[in-house]
Amino acid sequence: MAEKVTVEIVTELDIVTARKLGRKQAKQIGFNKVDQARITTAIGELAKNIFQYACEGKIIIERINKEGKKGVSITSIDQGPGIADVQKALEDGESYGAGLSSVKRLVDSMHIFSEEGKGTTVKVEKWLR
Amino acid sequence: MEQLKLDYKTILSNYIHNQNERNLYIGQNFIKRLIQKNVTPEEVISIHKQALEDIIEDLPEYTIHAYDFLIEVMVHFGLKLKEHQSLLMKQEELRIEMEVAAKIQNTLLETTIPNPEGLDIGMISVPLRKMNGDYVHFMHDHKRFLSIAVTDVVGKGVPAALCMSMVKYGLDTLEYANSNPSYVLEVLNQLIEKSVDDGMFVSMCYGRYDLEKDIFTWSSAGHEPPLYYHSRENAYYDLESKELLLGILPDVKYSQKDIKLNDNDFIILMTDGVTDFRNREEFDPRQYIKELALSCRHLNAQEMCDNIHKQLQVLHNYKLEDDFTIVIIKK
Repeated sequence: MAEKVTVEIVTELDIVTARKLGRKQAKQIGFNKVDQARITTAIGELAKNIFQYACEGKIIIERINKEGKKGVSITSIDQGPGIADVQKALEDGESYGAGLSSVKRLVDSMHIFSEEGKGTTVKVEKWLR
Repeated sequence: MEQLKLDYKTILSNYIHNQNERNLYIGQNFIKRLIQKNVTPEEVISIHKQALEDIIEDLPEYTIHAYDFLIEVMVHFGLKLKEHQSLLMKQEELRIEMEVAAKIQNTLLETTIPNPEGLDIGMISVPLRKMNGDYVHFMHDHKRFLSIAVTDVVGKGVPAALCMSMVKYGLDTLEYANSNPSYVLEVLNQLIEKSVDDGMFVSMCYGRYDLEKDIFTWSSAGHEPPLYYHSRENAYYDLESKELLLGILPDVKYSQKDIKLNDNDFIILMTDGVTDFRNREEFDPRQYIKELALSCRHLNAQEMCDNIHKQLQVLHNYKLEDDFTIVIIKK
Protein backbone atom coordinates (compact mmCIF):
# COMPACT_ATOMS: atom_id res chain seq x y z
CA MET A 1 0.00 0.00 0.00
CA ALA A 2 1.21 3.49 -0.82
CA GLU A 3 2.79 5.73 1.83
CA LYS A 4 -0.08 8.14 1.50
CA VAL A 5 -3.73 7.86 0.46
CA THR A 6 -6.33 10.58 0.09
CA VAL A 7 -10.07 10.10 0.28
CA GLU A 8 -12.44 12.86 -0.76
CA ILE A 9 -15.42 13.00 1.59
CA VAL A 10 -18.56 13.91 -0.28
CA THR A 11 -21.10 11.26 0.52
CA GLU A 12 -21.68 9.11 3.56
CA LEU A 13 -20.25 6.17 1.66
CA ASP A 14 -16.87 7.93 1.57
CA ILE A 15 -16.73 7.68 5.36
CA VAL A 16 -16.74 3.90 5.02
CA THR A 17 -14.06 4.04 2.31
CA ALA A 18 -11.82 6.19 4.50
CA ARG A 19 -12.27 3.78 7.40
CA LYS A 20 -11.45 0.82 5.18
CA LEU A 21 -8.24 2.35 3.85
CA GLY A 22 -7.26 3.50 7.33
CA ARG A 23 -7.68 0.05 8.80
CA LYS A 24 -5.64 -1.49 6.01
CA GLN A 25 -2.84 1.00 6.57
CA ALA A 26 -2.91 0.50 10.34
CA LYS A 27 -2.75 -3.26 9.91
CA GLN A 28 0.22 -3.05 7.56
CA ILE A 29 2.13 -0.76 9.89
CA GLY A 30 1.67 -3.41 12.54
CA PHE A 31 -0.92 -2.00 14.93
CA ASN A 32 -2.78 -4.54 17.03
CA LYS A 33 -6.52 -5.11 16.76
CA VAL A 34 -7.42 -2.61 19.49
CA ASP A 35 -5.31 0.16 17.99
CA GLN A 36 -6.63 -0.67 14.55
CA ALA A 37 -10.12 -0.14 15.91
CA ARG A 38 -9.07 3.15 17.50
CA ILE A 39 -7.44 4.49 14.37
CA THR A 40 -10.42 3.48 12.29
CA THR A 41 -12.83 5.05 14.73
CA ALA A 42 -10.78 8.28 14.74
CA ILE A 43 -10.88 8.37 10.93
CA GLY A 44 -14.61 7.72 11.01
CA GLU A 45 -15.24 10.57 13.43
CA LEU A 46 -13.11 13.03 11.45
CA ALA A 47 -14.79 12.03 8.20
CA LYS A 48 -18.21 12.32 9.81
CA ASN A 49 -17.35 15.84 10.94
CA ILE A 50 -16.51 16.80 7.38
CA PHE A 51 -19.68 15.21 6.08
CA GLN A 52 -21.94 16.81 8.69
CA TYR A 53 -20.46 20.27 9.17
CA ALA A 54 -18.33 21.13 6.19
CA CYS A 55 -20.12 19.20 3.42
CA GLU A 56 -16.89 18.64 1.54
CA GLY A 57 -13.30 17.88 2.37
CA LYS A 58 -10.73 15.14 2.41
CA ILE A 59 -8.96 12.70 4.66
CA ILE A 60 -5.27 11.95 4.12
CA ILE A 61 -3.81 8.81 5.68
CA GLU A 62 -0.02 8.63 5.81
CA ARG A 63 2.65 6.34 7.16
CA ILE A 64 5.11 8.25 9.31
CA ASN A 65 8.55 7.49 10.75
CA LYS A 66 10.41 9.30 13.48
CA GLU A 67 13.55 8.21 15.33
CA GLY A 68 13.01 4.63 14.27
CA LYS A 69 9.37 4.63 15.38
CA LYS A 70 6.59 3.85 12.98
CA GLY A 71 3.18 5.41 13.04
CA VAL A 72 0.24 6.73 11.13
CA SER A 73 -0.97 10.25 10.66
CA ILE A 74 -4.47 11.23 9.65
CA THR A 75 -5.18 14.69 8.31
CA SER A 76 -8.64 16.00 7.71
CA ILE A 77 -8.95 19.12 5.57
CA ASP A 78 -12.18 20.94 4.86
CA GLN A 79 -13.39 24.31 3.62
CA GLY A 80 -16.25 24.42 6.09
CA PRO A 81 -17.30 27.09 8.59
CA GLY A 82 -14.19 26.64 10.74
CA ILE A 83 -13.92 26.60 14.50
CA ALA A 84 -13.98 29.96 16.25
CA ASP A 85 -12.60 28.74 19.54
CA VAL A 86 -10.56 25.56 19.28
CA GLN A 87 -10.10 25.28 23.02
CA LYS A 88 -13.83 25.41 23.56
CA ALA A 89 -14.43 22.88 20.81
CA LEU A 90 -12.05 20.48 22.53
CA GLU A 91 -13.41 21.17 25.99
CA ASP A 92 -17.03 20.51 25.52
CA GLY A 93 -17.31 18.91 22.15
CA GLU A 94 -19.91 21.34 20.90
CA SER A 95 -20.47 22.72 17.41
CA TYR A 96 -17.97 21.46 14.86
CA GLY A 97 -15.89 19.69 17.41
CA ALA A 98 -18.67 17.18 17.91
CA GLY A 99 -16.26 14.28 18.04
CA LEU A 100 -12.97 16.15 18.35
CA SER A 101 -12.49 15.79 22.07
CA SER A 102 -13.20 12.09 21.84
CA VAL A 103 -10.93 11.63 18.83
CA LYS A 104 -8.17 13.20 20.89
CA ARG A 105 -8.48 10.39 23.40
CA LEU A 106 -7.94 7.75 20.71
CA VAL A 107 -4.62 9.07 19.38
CA ASP A 108 -1.24 10.26 20.67
CA SER A 109 -1.33 13.83 19.42
CA MET A 110 -3.73 16.22 17.78
CA HIS A 111 -3.23 19.58 16.10
CA ILE A 112 -5.99 21.82 14.86
CA PHE A 113 -5.58 24.73 12.48
CA SER A 114 -8.75 26.61 11.84
CA GLU A 115 -9.85 29.90 10.45
CA GLU A 116 -13.42 30.98 10.83
CA GLY A 117 -15.20 30.98 7.51
CA LYS A 118 -12.31 29.34 5.69
CA GLY A 119 -12.07 25.84 7.01
CA THR A 120 -10.39 23.47 9.37
CA THR A 121 -7.42 21.17 9.26
CA VAL A 122 -7.08 18.52 11.93
CA LYS A 123 -3.95 16.40 12.10
CA VAL A 124 -3.64 13.43 14.43
CA GLU A 125 -0.83 10.96 14.93
CA LYS A 126 -0.60 7.56 16.51
CA TRP A 127 2.64 5.70 17.10
CA LEU A 128 3.35 2.02 17.22
CA ARG A 129 4.44 1.00 20.70
CA MET B 1 1.02 -4.99 30.57
CA GLU B 2 2.52 -8.38 29.64
CA GLN B 3 2.33 -9.50 33.26
CA LEU B 4 -1.27 -8.35 33.39
CA LYS B 5 -2.11 -10.44 30.34
CA LEU B 6 -0.41 -13.50 31.81
CA ASP B 7 -2.22 -13.11 35.11
CA TYR B 8 -5.55 -12.68 33.40
CA LYS B 9 -4.95 -15.83 31.41
CA THR B 10 -4.28 -17.78 34.60
CA ILE B 11 -7.41 -16.43 36.29
CA LEU B 12 -9.59 -17.13 33.27
CA SER B 13 -8.12 -20.58 32.82
CA ASN B 14 -8.81 -21.41 36.45
CA TYR B 15 -12.40 -20.32 36.07
CA ILE B 16 -12.94 -22.26 32.87
CA HIS B 17 -11.74 -25.41 34.62
CA ASN B 18 -13.56 -24.73 37.84
CA GLN B 19 -16.47 -22.32 37.96
CA ASN B 20 -16.44 -21.62 41.66
CA GLU B 21 -17.05 -18.44 43.61
CA ARG B 22 -13.42 -18.12 44.67
CA ASN B 23 -12.19 -17.89 41.09
CA LEU B 24 -14.87 -15.34 40.28
CA TYR B 25 -13.84 -13.28 43.27
CA ILE B 26 -10.22 -13.30 42.16
CA GLY B 27 -11.41 -12.09 38.77
CA GLN B 28 -13.26 -9.20 40.34
CA ASN B 29 -10.25 -8.14 42.35
CA PHE B 30 -8.23 -8.12 39.15
CA ILE B 31 -10.24 -5.07 38.06
CA LYS B 32 -8.32 -2.90 40.51
CA ARG B 33 -5.10 -3.64 38.68
CA LEU B 34 -6.72 -2.90 35.32
CA ILE B 35 -7.82 0.46 36.56
CA GLN B 36 -4.42 1.26 38.06
CA LYS B 37 -2.86 0.57 34.68
CA ASN B 38 -5.47 2.68 32.88
CA VAL B 39 -6.66 -0.23 30.79
CA THR B 40 -9.64 0.68 28.63
CA PRO B 41 -12.70 -1.56 28.14
CA GLU B 42 -11.69 -2.42 24.57
CA GLU B 43 -8.27 -3.51 25.81
CA VAL B 44 -9.89 -5.73 28.39
CA ILE B 45 -11.80 -7.47 25.62
CA SER B 46 -8.63 -7.81 23.60
CA ILE B 47 -6.82 -9.33 26.61
CA HIS B 48 -9.73 -11.70 27.10
CA LYS B 49 -9.73 -12.75 23.47
CA GLN B 50 -5.97 -13.33 23.52
CA ALA B 51 -6.20 -15.38 26.69
CA LEU B 52 -9.02 -17.46 25.28
CA GLU B 53 -7.05 -18.16 22.12
CA ASP B 54 -4.14 -19.36 24.26
CA ILE B 55 -6.24 -21.49 26.57
CA ILE B 56 -8.47 -23.15 24.01
CA GLU B 57 -6.84 -24.65 21.00
CA ASP B 58 -8.79 -24.41 17.75
CA LEU B 59 -11.02 -21.59 18.88
CA PRO B 60 -13.58 -21.33 16.10
CA GLU B 61 -12.99 -18.62 13.55
CA TYR B 62 -16.40 -17.04 14.18
CA THR B 63 -15.64 -16.60 17.89
CA ILE B 64 -12.52 -14.64 17.02
CA HIS B 65 -14.51 -12.50 14.59
CA ALA B 66 -17.12 -11.92 17.25
CA TYR B 67 -14.43 -10.65 19.65
CA ASP B 68 -12.98 -8.37 16.99
CA PHE B 69 -16.44 -7.03 16.46
CA LEU B 70 -16.88 -6.42 20.17
CA ILE B 71 -13.54 -4.56 20.35
CA GLU B 72 -14.68 -2.34 17.54
CA VAL B 73 -18.02 -1.66 19.20
CA MET B 74 -16.43 -0.96 22.56
CA VAL B 75 -14.07 1.67 21.13
CA HIS B 76 -17.05 3.57 19.87
CA PHE B 77 -19.09 2.88 22.96
CA GLY B 78 -16.32 4.24 25.18
CA LEU B 79 -16.20 7.34 23.02
CA LYS B 80 -19.89 8.01 23.20
CA LEU B 81 -20.02 7.23 26.90
CA LYS B 82 -17.34 9.87 27.57
CA GLU B 83 -19.28 12.40 25.52
CA HIS B 84 -22.41 11.58 27.45
CA GLN B 85 -20.62 11.90 30.77
CA SER B 86 -19.18 15.27 29.87
CA LEU B 87 -22.67 16.42 28.91
CA LEU B 88 -23.96 15.32 32.30
CA MET B 89 -21.13 17.19 33.99
CA LYS B 90 -22.00 20.30 32.07
CA GLN B 91 -25.60 19.94 33.05
CA GLU B 92 -24.57 19.72 36.68
CA GLU B 93 -22.46 22.87 36.34
CA LEU B 94 -25.47 24.68 34.89
CA ARG B 95 -27.66 23.47 37.70
CA ILE B 96 -25.27 24.82 40.29
CA GLU B 97 -24.96 28.13 38.46
CA MET B 98 -28.72 28.36 38.30
CA GLU B 99 -29.02 27.78 42.00
CA VAL B 100 -26.56 30.57 42.72
CA ALA B 101 -28.46 32.84 40.33
CA ALA B 102 -31.74 32.03 42.04
CA LYS B 103 -30.20 32.87 45.42
CA ILE B 104 -28.93 36.17 44.07
CA GLN B 105 -32.35 36.90 42.63
CA ASN B 106 -33.99 36.18 45.96
CA THR B 107 -31.70 38.60 47.72
CA LEU B 108 -32.09 41.17 44.99
CA LEU B 109 -35.85 41.05 44.85
CA GLU B 110 -36.45 40.60 48.53
CA THR B 111 -39.25 42.80 49.76
CA THR B 112 -40.62 43.37 53.23
CA ILE B 113 -44.35 43.41 53.68
CA PRO B 114 -45.20 46.68 55.42
CA ASN B 115 -47.28 46.56 58.54
CA PRO B 116 -49.06 49.89 58.82
CA GLU B 117 -51.71 50.61 61.39
CA GLY B 118 -55.25 50.05 60.14
CA LEU B 119 -54.33 47.97 57.10
CA ASP B 120 -53.60 44.28 56.82
CA ILE B 121 -51.34 43.13 53.98
CA GLY B 122 -50.48 39.59 52.94
CA MET B 123 -48.44 38.20 50.08
CA ILE B 124 -47.32 34.96 48.49
CA SER B 125 -45.06 34.59 45.43
CA VAL B 126 -43.98 31.15 44.28
CA PRO B 127 -41.85 30.67 41.17
CA LEU B 128 -42.62 27.79 38.82
CA ARG B 129 -38.95 27.17 38.12
CA LYS B 130 -35.95 28.34 40.10
CA MET B 131 -36.14 31.92 38.90
CA ASN B 132 -39.24 34.00 39.48
CA GLY B 133 -40.86 36.01 36.66
CA ASP B 134 -43.25 37.64 39.12
CA TYR B 135 -42.24 40.38 41.47
CA VAL B 136 -43.90 42.31 44.26
CA HIS B 137 -42.47 45.59 45.41
CA PHE B 138 -43.67 47.47 48.49
CA MET B 139 -42.79 50.97 49.52
CA HIS B 140 -43.87 52.66 52.70
CA ASP B 141 -42.67 56.08 53.78
CA HIS B 142 -44.00 55.44 57.29
CA LYS B 143 -46.22 58.41 56.82
CA ARG B 144 -49.32 58.69 54.78
CA PHE B 145 -48.61 56.62 51.69
CA LEU B 146 -47.85 53.06 50.93
CA SER B 147 -47.37 51.65 47.45
CA ILE B 148 -47.54 48.18 45.97
CA ALA B 149 -46.37 47.00 42.58
CA VAL B 150 -47.30 43.53 41.31
CA THR B 151 -45.37 42.63 38.21
CA ASP B 152 -45.26 39.77 35.77
CA VAL B 153 -42.72 39.45 33.00
CA VAL B 154 -44.17 37.74 29.95
CA GLY B 155 -41.86 34.75 29.78
CA LYS B 156 -40.26 32.57 32.39
CA GLY B 157 -36.91 31.54 33.75
CA VAL B 158 -33.61 33.37 33.37
CA PRO B 159 -34.58 35.95 30.70
CA ALA B 160 -37.62 36.97 32.74
CA ALA B 161 -35.50 37.21 35.88
CA LEU B 162 -32.93 39.45 34.21
CA CYS B 163 -35.67 41.75 32.98
CA MET B 164 -37.19 41.77 36.44
CA SER B 165 -33.98 43.08 38.01
CA MET B 166 -34.28 46.09 35.76
CA VAL B 167 -37.90 46.69 36.73
CA LYS B 168 -36.85 46.53 40.36
CA TYR B 169 -34.19 49.18 39.90
CA GLY B 170 -36.65 51.30 37.97
CA LEU B 171 -39.04 51.11 40.91
CA ASP B 172 -36.24 51.83 43.37
CA THR B 173 -35.33 54.97 41.50
CA LEU B 174 -38.89 56.24 41.80
CA GLU B 175 -38.37 56.06 45.48
CA TYR B 176 -41.35 58.03 46.71
CA ALA B 177 -44.33 56.09 47.94
CA ASN B 178 -46.59 59.03 47.12
CA SER B 179 -45.87 59.06 43.37
CA ASN B 180 -48.90 58.85 41.15
CA PRO B 181 -49.43 55.30 39.85
CA SER B 182 -49.98 56.51 36.29
CA TYR B 183 -46.69 58.43 36.43
CA VAL B 184 -44.81 55.38 37.72
CA LEU B 185 -46.11 53.23 34.87
CA GLU B 186 -45.22 55.88 32.29
CA VAL B 187 -41.64 56.11 33.53
CA LEU B 188 -41.22 52.34 33.72
CA ASN B 189 -42.71 51.91 30.26
CA GLN B 190 -40.14 54.29 28.87
CA LEU B 191 -37.32 52.47 30.63
CA ILE B 192 -38.41 49.00 29.53
CA GLU B 193 -39.24 50.04 25.99
CA LYS B 194 -35.75 51.45 25.56
CA SER B 195 -33.67 48.80 27.18
CA VAL B 196 -35.33 45.46 26.74
CA ASP B 197 -35.55 43.12 23.80
CA ASP B 198 -38.58 43.49 21.52
CA GLY B 199 -40.07 40.20 22.55
CA MET B 200 -40.09 41.04 26.23
CA PHE B 201 -43.10 42.65 27.89
CA VAL B 202 -44.04 43.36 31.44
CA SER B 203 -47.46 43.62 32.97
CA MET B 204 -47.86 45.61 36.14
CA CYS B 205 -50.50 46.75 38.53
CA TYR B 206 -49.36 49.65 40.63
CA GLY B 207 -51.39 50.86 43.57
CA ARG B 208 -50.92 53.61 46.13
CA TYR B 209 -52.73 53.51 49.41
CA ASP B 210 -53.54 56.66 51.31
CA LEU B 211 -53.55 55.60 54.94
CA GLU B 212 -55.23 58.79 56.10
CA LYS B 213 -58.17 58.69 53.76
CA ASP B 214 -58.21 54.94 52.99
CA ILE B 215 -58.15 55.60 49.30
CA PHE B 216 -56.55 53.10 46.96
CA THR B 217 -55.34 54.68 43.72
CA TRP B 218 -54.36 52.23 41.05
CA SER B 219 -53.15 51.99 37.53
CA SER B 220 -52.64 48.93 35.41
CA ALA B 221 -50.53 48.05 32.39
CA GLY B 222 -52.05 44.97 30.82
CA HIS B 223 -52.17 43.24 34.16
CA GLU B 224 -54.63 40.68 35.49
CA PRO B 225 -57.43 42.90 36.91
CA PRO B 226 -57.42 43.04 40.71
CA LEU B 227 -60.54 41.95 42.58
CA TYR B 228 -62.17 44.40 44.95
CA TYR B 229 -64.53 43.05 47.55
CA HIS B 230 -67.10 45.52 48.85
CA SER B 231 -68.11 44.22 52.24
CA ARG B 232 -71.25 46.26 52.80
CA GLU B 233 -72.69 45.27 49.43
CA ASN B 234 -71.23 41.78 49.73
CA ALA B 235 -70.14 42.09 46.09
CA TYR B 236 -66.98 41.91 44.04
CA TYR B 237 -65.82 44.42 41.48
CA ASP B 238 -63.18 43.78 38.83
CA LEU B 239 -60.71 46.63 38.74
CA GLU B 240 -60.62 46.54 34.94
CA SER B 241 -58.28 48.54 32.80
CA LYS B 242 -57.60 48.12 29.09
CA GLU B 243 -54.18 49.69 29.00
CA LEU B 244 -51.09 48.50 27.21
CA LEU B 245 -48.36 46.27 28.61
CA LEU B 246 -45.09 47.96 29.52
CA GLY B 247 -42.38 47.95 26.89
CA ILE B 248 -44.45 47.81 23.71
CA LEU B 249 -44.63 51.44 22.61
CA PRO B 250 -42.84 54.57 23.80
CA ASP B 251 -44.71 57.51 25.36
CA VAL B 252 -47.80 55.57 26.42
CA LYS B 253 -50.10 57.46 28.77
CA TYR B 254 -51.72 55.60 31.62
CA SER B 255 -54.79 56.57 33.60
CA GLN B 256 -55.46 55.98 37.26
CA LYS B 257 -58.55 55.40 39.34
CA ASP B 258 -59.49 55.71 43.00
CA ILE B 259 -61.55 53.54 45.27
CA LYS B 260 -62.32 54.08 48.91
CA LEU B 261 -61.93 51.11 51.22
CA ASN B 262 -64.30 50.60 54.13
CA ASP B 263 -63.97 48.19 57.01
CA ASN B 264 -63.73 44.54 55.97
CA ASP B 265 -63.21 45.43 52.31
CA PHE B 266 -60.29 43.78 50.60
CA ILE B 267 -58.42 43.89 47.32
CA ILE B 268 -56.76 40.90 45.69
CA LEU B 269 -53.87 41.69 43.37
CA MET B 270 -52.52 38.74 41.43
CA THR B 271 -50.60 37.60 38.39
CA ASP B 272 -52.05 35.55 35.57
CA GLY B 273 -50.47 32.42 37.03
CA VAL B 274 -53.23 32.48 39.60
CA THR B 275 -56.06 32.52 37.08
CA ASP B 276 -54.41 30.08 34.71
CA PHE B 277 -56.85 27.17 34.65
CA ARG B 278 -55.58 25.81 31.36
CA ASN B 279 -56.89 22.30 31.69
CA ARG B 280 -60.15 23.06 33.41
CA GLU B 281 -62.49 24.71 31.02
CA GLU B 282 -65.50 24.01 33.20
CA PHE B 283 -64.22 26.55 35.71
CA ASP B 284 -64.44 30.31 35.63
CA PRO B 285 -61.13 30.96 37.37
CA ARG B 286 -61.90 34.46 38.62
CA GLN B 287 -65.24 33.31 40.00
CA TYR B 288 -63.53 30.41 41.71
CA ILE B 289 -60.99 32.70 43.35
CA LYS B 290 -63.73 35.09 44.45
CA GLU B 291 -65.52 32.26 46.21
CA LEU B 292 -62.30 30.94 47.71
CA ALA B 293 -61.40 34.35 49.11
CA LEU B 294 -64.89 34.87 50.44
CA SER B 295 -64.82 31.55 52.24
CA CYS B 296 -61.72 32.55 54.14
CA ARG B 297 -62.25 36.27 54.63
CA HIS B 298 -62.38 35.82 58.41
CA LEU B 299 -58.63 35.05 58.28
CA ASN B 300 -55.95 37.71 58.14
CA ALA B 301 -54.53 38.77 54.77
CA GLN B 302 -51.47 36.52 54.92
CA GLU B 303 -53.50 33.49 55.91
CA MET B 304 -55.93 34.24 53.09
CA CYS B 305 -53.06 34.27 50.56
CA ASP B 306 -51.63 31.02 51.89
CA ASN B 307 -55.04 29.41 51.93
CA ILE B 308 -55.90 30.37 48.36
CA HIS B 309 -52.52 29.12 47.19
CA LYS B 310 -52.99 25.83 48.98
CA GLN B 311 -56.51 25.33 47.59
CA LEU B 312 -55.40 26.07 44.04
CA GLN B 313 -52.45 23.70 44.40
CA VAL B 314 -54.86 20.94 45.33
CA LEU B 315 -57.20 21.86 42.47
CA HIS B 316 -54.30 21.68 40.01
CA ASN B 317 -53.00 18.45 41.50
CA TYR B 318 -49.87 20.22 42.78
CA LYS B 319 -48.90 21.08 39.24
CA LEU B 320 -49.25 24.84 38.94
CA GLU B 321 -48.02 25.84 35.51
CA ASP B 322 -46.87 29.39 36.02
CA ASP B 323 -45.23 31.68 38.55
CA PHE B 324 -47.86 32.36 41.19
CA THR B 325 -48.32 35.63 43.06
CA ILE B 326 -51.11 37.00 45.22
CA VAL B 327 -51.21 40.14 47.34
CA ILE B 328 -54.17 40.89 49.55
CA ILE B 329 -54.87 44.26 51.14
CA LYS B 330 -57.51 44.17 53.80
CA LYS B 331 -59.06 47.05 55.64
